[in-house]
Amino acid sequence: MALLSFERKYRVRGGTLIGGDLFDFWVGPFFVGFFGVTTIFFAALGTALIVYGAAIGGTWNLWQISIAPPDLSYGLAFAPLREGGLWQIITICAVGAFVSWALREVEICRKLGMGYHVPFAFGVAIFAYVSLVVIRPLLMGAWGHGFPYGIISHLDWVSNTGYQYLHFHYNPAHMLAVSFFFTTCFALALHGSLVLSAVNPGRGGVVKTPEHEDTFFRDVLGYSIGTLGIHRLGLFLALSAGFWSAVCIIISGPFWTRGWPEWWNWWLDLPIWS
Amino acid sequence: MKSAGILAGVVAFFLAFAMIFTAGWDAPPVEATQTGYRGSGMAQIERASVIDYLREVNENVPEAPYPYEEDTEGPTAGEVYENVQVLANVPASEFNRMMLAITEWVVPEDVRNDPEMAGGCNYCHNPTNLASDELYTKVVARRMIQMTQHINANWSDHVAETGVTCYTCHRGNAVPANVSFAGLGESTYSNGGGRPYQNTPTASNAYTSLPTDPFGPYLQANASNIRLQNMDGWAAEPANFEATEATYALMMHISDALGVNCTFCHNTRAFSPWEQSTAARTTAWHGIQMAGGLNDEYLYPLESLWPENRLGPDGQAPGLSCATCHNGLNRPLNGAAMSADWPYLRPASYSDFTTTAQVPATEEAASEPESGATDAESDAESDADADDAAGEDEE
Repeated sequence: MALLSFERKYRVRGGTLIGGDLFDFWVGPFFVGFFGVTTIFFAALGTALIVYGAAIGGTWNLWQISIAPPDLSYGLAFAPLREGGLWQIITICAVGAFVSWALREVEICRKLGMGYHVPFAFGVAIFAYVSLVVIRPLLMGAWGHGFPYGIISHLDWVSNTGYQYLHFHYNPAHMLAVSFFFTTCFALALHGSLVLSAVNPGRGGVVKTPEHEDTFFRDVLGYSIGTLGIHRLGLFLALSAGFWSAVCIIISGPFWTRGWPEWWNWWLDLPIWS
Repeated sequence: MKSAGILAGVVAFFLAFAMIFTAGWDAPPVEATQTGYRGSGMAQIERASVIDYLREVNENVPEAPYPYEEDTEGPTAGEVYENVQVLANVPASEFNRMMLAITEWVVPEDVRNDPEMAGGCNYCHNPTNLASDELYTKVVARRMIQMTQHINANWSDHVAETGVTCYTCHRGNAVPANVSFAGLGESTYSNGGGRPYQNTPTASNAYTSLPTDPFGPYLQANASNIRLQNMDGWAAEPANFEATEATYALMMHISDALGVNCTFCHNTRAFSPWEQSTAARTTAWHGIQMAGGLNDEYLYPLESLWPENRLGPDGQAPGLSCATCHNGLNRPLNGAAMSADWPYLRPASYSDFTTTAQVPATEEAASEPESGATDAESDAESDADADDAAGEDEE
């Protein structure tokens, strides 16, 4: 079963959250578990409904297929399938599949006696998605505020929703999120290139150690965050990007309905000069 | 080093405090109105304060001093009074009713309460000779009555059957709360720092760094067409950074003036195509033409009449913008039918009673302003312009 000769010893029983031994097995390389089954269920049902929605949607053009949420007039009620109900069920499937996947990661962490950093990190991504299609629509009182499931249509939603606040780039949380996304890329590029440079010294050279890596950045910047620290920093940057993305859309509408440029009047209104 | 850190922390704390507790935050619930296909993100998101304001202004629209009664028997104002230039054919009883209302609409309350001012009449009239034009306020008021008639008669594409009265803009103020001055600041356009023509957040640009004066470029006759894309290839049309920024400044002004966001008129996936825009964009287009025409024909020519304190910082005559009537609402006064009580401010249907030559407008023009039928029937000049520009935009 195991792909590698030493792999089998990590495959231990137990650690499941739900189902006990019932789903505690592997299929080929994949651990199943109760949440593997629910992942398959939600993912398969959701995908089938998307295909169904595409079939009744009038186009098979991949760019234009769109499963749109209900009209705002439906509020937080269920809508007929063809008028947004499909979107509602697909959203339930998506959240179900994502959360199942995260909990399956938790079970694997428990088997291995590891920390929960990976499922926690994935949980932040799920939070960002849930912010868009559950939390913000709930706060604004209509499922119709969620974004449509389509390649072009969701971009149109992003554009229009941004313009609901005149100029979304003035949204301070959006600024933070964008800055964290860029910084994540920057940190990953520095880290990846540093590691590759240490292990690729050139033909005939000796592979270098983290001491060399630390010394490189100490010479360049006067400081090296270190081999463990860079991963802490990377996780912080990446999770911050996702977290502030969620914040920036949750505050747009429920807590701020004006143009975002106007928010910056706090600076003009500082008691120092106003 | 340590004290510098503490100082930075204290400054950061107060700045964060100012950000988090700045005015304008709201809490759910919000009111949302869908303006496009479901899921497109086209919606007006309104705050509770706007809804309260809607309610308040609705309650505050003053009623007529007494109801309108058709009077075909009595003498006209021109027969009873001297120097009646605009409303000469109006029955004297109706003329007096209108004078009373105008006083309430336009003359400030403290003036009306001043015993010296005869209840406000003396704000425009010489009490010993009511016919005299010696006070500039009377001359301006006469021109503004003509403007009101002109709007109701010829701009139903924009004001529909709701119409306007003096109150739509004035609301008890001698000068409407939102007048605008064109050409503020240095006119030299600059991409760099400094504040020539831009980089000054005000209500007129919705607090962005965009140009502060959308009125000069667009809200006057022979104004620039609104362009920000070259539709016929590179540099084929005069669209450039300056035109683009000025266009966005005008759009920001409209958003701020009407209390709407961009998706009220546009599907922002493509701003320019009319077929992807909402019907409101057509109404807004007519409004832009109307504001320009009114400024040029009625407001800017009054420059020599104004005392200095009524002029702008550089001596400009005050003009009107979208905000002058709208005052933050997409339907001024929440759509209260302003002209219904005042038939003589609507010469379209009562053309006998005005001495100004007016072209009657059609009743249904407002609902389908772009349709061919109303084009043929309504004001020839404005619609000829409308067709031209709409045609250009669709290319």
